[in-house]
Amino acid sequence: MRLDVGNIFIKDVAFGDKTEVKNGTLFVNKDELIEAATGGDERIKSLDIYLAKPGDKTRIIPVKDVIEPRVKVDGKGGIFPGIINDVDQVGSGTTHVLKGAAVVTTGKIVGFQEGIIDMSGEGAKYTPFSKTNNIVIKMEPIDSIKQHEHEEVIRLVGFRAANYLGEAAKDVKPDEVKTYETKPLLDQVAQYPDLPKVVYVYALQTQGLMHNTFFYGADAKKIVPTFMYPTEAFDGAIASGNCVSACDKNPSYVHLNSPVIEDLYAKHGKEINFIGCVITNENVTLQDKKRSSNMTAKLVEMLGADAAIVSEEGFGNPDADLVMNCNNLENKGIKTVLVTDEYAGRDGASQSLADSTPKGDAVVTAGNANVVVTLPVMDTVIGHPEVANTIAGAWDGSLHDDGSIEAEIQVITGSTNELGFNTLSAKTI
Amino acid sequence: MGKKRIVHYINQFFAGIGGEEKADVKPEKSDGVVGPGMAFKGQLSDVAEIVGTVVCGDSYFSEHEADASETVLNMIESYKPDLVIVGPSFNAGRYGVAAGAVAKLVDENLHIPVVGGMYPENPGLDLYKKHGYFVETGNSAATMRKAIPAMSDVVKQLLAGNEEITGYMPKGIRVNEFKEERGSKRAVDMLVNKIQGKEFKTEYPMPTFDRVDPAPAVKDITKARIALVSSGGPVPKGNPDHIESSSASKYGKYSLKDIDDFTPENGQTAHGGYDPVYANEDLDRVLPVDVIKEMLANGEIGSLHDYWYATVGNGTSVANAKKFGTEIGKQLKEDGVDAVILTST
Repeated sequence: MRLDVGNIFIKDVAFGDKTEVKNGTLFVNKDELIEAATGGDERIKSLDIYLAKPGDKTRIIPVKDVIEPRVKVDGKGGIFPGIINDVDQVGSGTTHVLKGAAVVTTGKIVGFQEGIIDMSGEGAKYTPFSKTNNIVIKMEPIDSIKQHEHEEVIRLVGFRAANYLGEAAKDVKPDEVKTYETKPLLDQVAQYPDLPKVVYVYALQTQGLMHNTFFYGADAKKIVPTFMYPTEAFDGAIASGNCVSACDKNPSYVHLNSPVIEDLYAKHGKEINFIGCVITNENVTLQDKKRSSNMTAKLVEMLGADAAIVSEEGFGNPDADLVMNCNNLENKGIKTVLVTDEYAGRDGASQSLADSTPKGDAVVTAGNANVVVTLPVMDTVIGHPEVANTIAGAWDGSLHDDGSIEAEIQVITGSTNELGFNTLSAKTI
Repeated sequence: MGKKRIVHYINQFFAGIGGEEKADVKPEKSDGVVGPGMAFKGQLSDVAEIVGTVVCGDSYFSEHEADASETVLNMIESYKPDLVIVGPSFNAGRYGVAAGAVAKLVDENLHIPVVGGMYPENPGLDLYKKHGYFVETGNSAATMRKAIPAMSDVVKQLLAGNEEITGYMPKGIRVNEFKEERGSKRAVDMLVNKIQGKEFKTEYPMPTFDRVDPAPAVKDITKARIALVSSGGPVPKGNPDHIESSSASKYGKYSLKDIDDFTPENGQTAHGGYDPVYANEDLDRVLPVDVIKEMLANGEIGSLHDYWYATVGNGTSVANAKKFGTEIGKQLKEDGVDAVILTST
């Protein structure tokens, strides 16, 4: 399966009469975007659009999801198959990307469980989305809505908005084109017979409401682990339905730019043979964990892999999935590297993980999520600042009278991303 | 630039006052160096001056910790130091604990670096290592000649403002840092090295966990006093103590007197790590109050403790969890509880 990803660099975003890309600026027709994002959903009470650019003194709170606008220009299917496009097989052909633009969804969401994006100041250092030109959608549902439905409504609003904006990339000549290819297994093994075969074990957060992930529209907590061509992720095969403890949940944007996949491809055909992905889930019961981790190791073995990278999503309970995957793979002689983050306490002196194994001798960490930072006062706040007292990683009193916030970096969207999207790490002193 | 100012803390023995028979001397201070301070002075004369020495008897410190702490801290502060040296205390237990406690006082109150020296098995090290840079020494003062240059080296690095400090026993504290490469690239590089049999360095050495053996089974449950405790965040409606949804800093104690069954009106979860909908509909799903009250009425358990204890386990540090557990356990024991039903999420 071969995919050409054509990046169109977006350096600025502005409202305009027509949604189009001109000289690196994405112009957005606000009314059309509102209509497209609403999509006739009668459960929506209000929906408005704001722009937030790098360096702005702007805070977005609480953030539900971040989505990169993409469009298929050649090949089967559309972005986010099984969710807002037909459930065709994606991952081949050509995809165009508005690189540097992002849709961010906000609004009063379900409870105490969302993230913060600051476009400047201390918080901006930690979130990858302070560097993107953000089209922010604030959506409020009708009063009678149930929480699960509310989550679905705002999730779909984001995907529809990104889909609409992605269309503007269709006829634009990309500034760069990157080609990624993994062949059917036997051909792929034959292509680089002397290189070690590597599989990416891609664990998806599936603990329940605000902890869901979707694979071709299927709720991933109900899947058994399965194979995936790496390029499928770049077309939205995996979509986020979660945002709790926003630091280490993967926004859809990160799945679309899945960093382990990109960096394995960088060594594909040189030092390794990247033969594919196994996607698995992180359910809450021991039975599910055993089933999924046993099956994951079996699939990796069936592919004939010599080595694997395992990424986690979330912390605490999913640490058990990470450790079980590690043990099962290493017990089969498959060399394993783990990607996680840490909850070492505000002083950094506690144990970082809820589970541990001596076989986990190669671990990459995305940092300690409990570290406390002060987020300065902003000129503009999009969303609902009062949730700063209740979101995961904050406490009663986190929001100061002047509008500044003192909280753990846990509250910052994507700050300790466990797909390895950032440069943050941690060390023992 | 003037020389940096150092204060040195030592015990009565190294101050030359006396051994065990003088271990109850009260804190005292004197300008300049005393005892091993002379050797530090020789090592550090280019960069710093030891402006004062504070001495306290080891027994006095342990038996009057509050008073001794206040006096020692005031004495140290009076010299306006840039750095404090404690010891070296080798494998002397009470001296190590006192030196460690002084390190903690300085770290938390004056926010300046502390350098010490201890034998790795000195009990003071485990208690206080996160508050200072403790250099590994031999187990007796016979190794003083090695300890002084090693400690002085760490002092120099700290006074020079180095970002990377080497030559001390790890504090065991995790500190965030930004790397050149993103995490996914680091993972791929690590994997390639692991495959090729080359050296690689984990960014997080996996810990060895404490394992707690379960207590023996209750002999006769119909006579036992039972309590309910949970880390699943079950709290009275409104979360009166504002227990955090993640990284809890506290736990709550709530009366079971008027609750026989949870409803959406009298209970909710404070926990941010799982879908709250089902817990908020019926909190008995997290804390089985309805069932335990039925069992009580049927005489299936001896009695029920009047209160339940609740905190949030989500992202809560092990250190906090240990503290909560110890405190709750102590209270339950005092209240004559025989067994606990401990629920999570």
